[in-house]
Amino acid sequence: MFMIGPLGFTAPLLLLGLIALPVLWLLLRAVPPAPIRRRFPGVALLLGLTDAEAETDKTPWWLLLLRMAALAAAIIGFAGPVLNPDQRNTAETGPLLIVMDATWADARDWPRRIDRATALVAEAGRTGRPVALVRLTEPAAEPAFQAAGALGQTMAGVTPNPWAPDFTGWAKALPAGRFSSFWLSDGVEHPGRADLLSALQSRGGVTVFESPRPVMALRPAQFEDGAIKLSASRLPATDAAEVEVSARGLDPAGIERELARVPLSFAAGAADAEIKLSLPPELRNRVSRFELAGIRSAAAVSLTDDSLKRRKVALIAGQTGAEGLQLLSPVHYLRQALEPVAELIDGSISDVVLANPDVIVLADVATLSPDEESAISDWLDKGGLLLRFAGPKLAASEVSRASEDPLMPVRLREGGRNVGGAMSWGEPKSLAPFVEGSPFYGLQIPDDVTVSAQVLAQPDPDLPQRTIAALADGTPLVTRKAVGQGQVVLFHVTANAEWSSLPLSGLFVQMLERLAVSSRPTAPDAKDLAGQVWVPQVSLDAFGVMGDAGDVAGVEGADLAAAIASVGPSAKMPPGLYAGDDRRVALNVISANTVLTAPVWPADVAREGLDVQNEQALKGLALAAALTLLLADLLAALALSGRLWGGLRKVAVVLLAFGLFAPHNAQAQAPQPGDARAIEATSEVRLGYVLTGDARVDRVSEAGLAGLGTRLTERTTIEPGAPLSVNLETDELVFFPFLYWPVTADQPAPSSAAYAKLNRYLRTGGMIMFDTRDGDMPGQTPESRRLQLLAAPLDIPPLEILPEDHVLTRSFYLLQDFPGRYTNRNVWVEAAPPDAKLAEGMPFRNLNDGVTPVVIGGNDWAAAWALDANDVPMFPVGRGYTGERQREIATRFGINLIMYVLTGNYKSDQVHVPALLERLGQ
Amino acid sequence: MSETTPQSVDMRSRAETLGEALPALLAQAEHLASTVMLGEHGRRRAGMGDEFWQYRPAHAGDSASQLDWRRSARSDQHFVREREWQAAQTVSLWVDPARSMQFSGDKSRPPKSDRAQLLALALSVLLLRGGERVGLTGEAARPRAGRAQLLHLMEGMTRDLGEQDYGAPNVAGLMSHSRAVFFSDFLGDPEEVETALGMASDRGVKGALVQILDPAEEEFPFDGRTIFESMGGSLRHETLRAGDLRDRYLDRLAERKGRIETLARASGWHYLCHHSGQSAQSALLWLYTALERGR
Repeated sequence: MFMIGPLGFTAPLLLLGLIALPVLWLLLRAVPPAPIRRRFPGVALLLGLTDAEAETDKTPWWLLLLRMAALAAAIIGFAGPVLNPDQRNTAETGPLLIVMDATWADARDWPRRIDRATALVAEAGRTGRPVALVRLTEPAAEPAFQAAGALGQTMAGVTPNPWAPDFTGWAKALPAGRFSSFWLSDGVEHPGRADLLSALQSRGGVTVFESPRPVMALRPAQFEDGAIKLSASRLPATDAAEVEVSARGLDPAGIERELARVPLSFAAGAADAEIKLSLPPELRNRVSRFELAGIRSAAAVSLTDDSLKRRKVALIAGQTGAEGLQLLSPVHYLRQALEPVAELIDGSISDVVLANPDVIVLADVATLSPDEESAISDWLDKGGLLLRFAGPKLAASEVSRASEDPLMPVRLREGGRNVGGAMSWGEPKSLAPFVEGSPFYGLQIPDDVTVSAQVLAQPDPDLPQRTIAALADGTPLVTRKAVGQGQVVLFHVTANAEWSSLPLSGLFVQMLERLAVSSRPTAPDAKDLAGQVWVPQVSLDAFGVMGDAGDVAGVEGADLAAAIASVGPSAKMPPGLYAGDDRRVALNVISANTVLTAPVWPADVAREGLDVQNEQALKGLALAAALTLLLADLLAALALSGRLWGGLRKVAVVLLAFGLFAPHNAQAQAPQPGDARAIEATSEVRLGYVLTGDARVDRVSEAGLAGLGTRLTERTTIEPGAPLSVNLETDELVFFPFLYWPVTADQPAPSSAAYAKLNRYLRTGGMIMFDTRDGDMPGQTPESRRLQLLAAPLDIPPLEILPEDHVLTRSFYLLQDFPGRYTNRNVWVEAAPPDAKLAEGMPFRNLNDGVTPVVIGGNDWAAAWALDANDVPMFPVGRGYTGERQREIATRFGINLIMYVLTGNYKSDQVHVPALLERLGQ
Repeated sequence: MSETTPQSVDMRSRAETLGEALPALLAQAEHLASTVMLGEHGRRRAGMGDEFWQYRPAHAGDSASQLDWRRSARSDQHFVREREWQAAQTVSLWVDPARSMQFSGDKSRPPKSDRAQLLALALSVLLLRGGERVGLTGEAARPRAGRAQLLHLMEGMTRDLGEQDYGAPNVAGLMSHSRAVFFSDFLGDPEEVETALGMASDRGVKGALVQILDPAEEEFPFDGRTIFESMGGSLRHETLRAGDLRDRYLDRLAERKGRIETLARASGWHYLCHHSGQSAQSALLWLYTALERGR
């Protein structure tokens, strides 16, 4: 490759074309710009005028320079310039093995790594070396060397995995022959790296590539002292830096969004940083994962499981208010057990049910009032857990004796029993091992847990199913019953240490946890998870993207516990959320005690960072420069020949057509889409009618308003334009002083946005005339029922039947009847305010400038007003002369109505005329 | 079955085109003319006519038949009823048929000749309505009264479009002491205008010169290397920087306008410079009053 400094040329011979440039200079210099021919009668006056300067018949020097530069750029472009051409590795021969760690740590700059690997493959292709690519997170297998072309096509599909690489396995799987290796390391130490390195070195030269970008990892969030402790780790620990941790989860609408965001500051030189995030319990319970904002790696995502969730538990003791020793309090041990892991609520039953707790604990509460009982039943049906403890009061009460109480899992025998006490035979009973199917299955029973007193269940047919824990002699200790979506659980002993030592043992806490009363405060250990199969529900890929785990086989609890504690995820156990019986456990890439260390490479291994200069083909750039220069030349040539401005206009039109101008500029200039209609609606007075969806009704509305407009133009100074149809959903209403709304029985109700628009319209002085067109029918018609539905969300004031003294009766004509096609007298308008005083027999109406926002009637006015194309009435009204008279009165009512709409209370002010005249007279 | 020859097709299409254009032009002219309200326009002196002018006392020499007996019976004197003198005036129009009038500086503007014809026709409508006789100079349409003359005028104006680049007023057929209106851009040889105007003045003809120019001719919005050609191509002028010529061109145009105006004033004519970008109505009003003044 021909090189000039850092610049290489793929086709250097083309550069000889540059020699031709001086020839071009001479050539172009001789040719002046072409003239324009114009027909112009004024030429008679031009004859004899000479140009002041004669030199411009040659191309000006700067234009020449411009053209030469364009040509030179084109020549250089076609000569194929390449900046920093990649000429490494060309000396080596033999197969090339590209080794990628392909872990979660690689995900942060995966595209660049793939680019680097692709460049290597391309380079190998140029030199004809066979090449193979291995991902160390994949199961170890002997790499197959193949032609670079075949491998290059599969490069885009290579993805990292969210677990640690299997260095040792791969060290054994390497083939025997000699090859050189290129190792794209993820920059984090993993066990067994030295083995693989020595294995590779024994086959040939090794080059290691490491990215200088820091690795960031977010540890699982922990709950401490009422706040969430978030900690992150980074490698290498360099300058002070700040990252943001974002807590994401479902909002109440079920859409995932960011719930909180907190900055996390690394001090200079510190590898770890932590912060406490205090969230309200409602918000905290919704967090499904924490992530380092802007970092694309599984290490930056920490899924949260039930350990962050705090259940709301209501504790209700039977003997509230009774003086007693604290240790004897029925709920003392419960409180001790639950306080660190749950939100406790105290209060009366009716109060706590309102708070919708997850669990209500009734410790030795026997009878409930019917109100409380129904409240708890409702809450249970919605999925609550009612946890009851026995006690002296329950044992003494009649609850669930003869028949099963709905809030008790079993019937109880009277009195209960005492075993192993001072006055009884036998020893205190211990617990029988939990049977399979019980929620407590798998828990170890300490030897010192004994029961000395309990309430006894009546032997009912379904007692065995309801028993989830029993004493060694088979008497039920814990029973459970499903109610609705919830359940009732009864401990047949007290919640304090009076009847048994159970509340004193660790088993009690574990049992509460299994019942999902509490959630575990720290990471689960093997004991917690053992005995269950955990099925992955949500999986996390190396980029930290959550996905459905699909049908993956479940894992043993012990393995999962080990993975969570130390081993970390693997191919068999990918990171994600694992679901057990009643809770979910998160397996994250980074555990609480993961330590990030940088790998140490021997000095004889060649290392390379991402800061290598990539080769960059400049051909496109040079050609673009040539094109730009030619464009500039075009403009300059146009300017010289005086065609620039006319030409620019055309160019601008073309550019606009292609959308090359910034769109927002164009929009700022261009009229808005609704403008045409707004201008149409406001250039003159327009009456509007609401589209009902019934074409016939809409046509009559339009004809009616048009007919009314004709009459108005004939008789008054109001000269409205053609009526406009109004679609309540899409059209703006404010332009219309008056809307005619015929009501059909099957009209769809407007959307809530349309109602908001309508209410705004009514409040700002618009008027709607509802016409049910059923004035001839007595009683409740489908239309009037529809009107009630349609108008319910509207902001309509109290109404009254149009009173005799209303302004509508005198705004143009003096009227007392308001017929349309029908002559129903019931026309409703806004009622006069109750405190309206009568001024000379007329109440004062001053709301909305005295204009009622609605007129409601059923006289089918539009049909009476409607004129056809020949100005002949479209519909018959009444009979003979009387009918024509009725139509005339209907028209007069329409005129009065529009006058009223447009002039407001002007006519109402006429009451003051005598007073004004009197004053003027003086 | 008759063969349709290309010639006959051509002629027919031309005739149809003309037929379409004429009523439109006429309607436009009528519309324009209707904007001018005609007042009573008698000669304001006693003479031959139909309209009553005044009663004057009879004096010696009046024949008995001239007396208005009805008026005389009301007093002791005798009165003679006089009528207003009404004489039809002859107005000859000349619309420049040369090709320079075909120029239009912008696609949205009609050529100058359109405006000239429109003004001429609208003026004719007004004059004919006033009872005057209107005609074209030359042989095309002899002055006649009556609305039918409009069609002849229109045909005459649109038929004989000249082939030469610049036109000179045709004064043939001008009647002595009549009125004349010349529509042209007067960009041709001013000597010919002088000659024509001199001949007209010799016959006692008064009238108006209407110079119709395109706005492009007033502004000279050209730049760059340009070859200007007259409409027929007989004249050409090449320049490398048209923009530099603008001032000098405008000077010359002003000088030409001044010369035509001086010429008009010297021979008692009226002069108007009208642009085809302006409204035709004001020009029509001016023309009408100019002819009214000259009476």
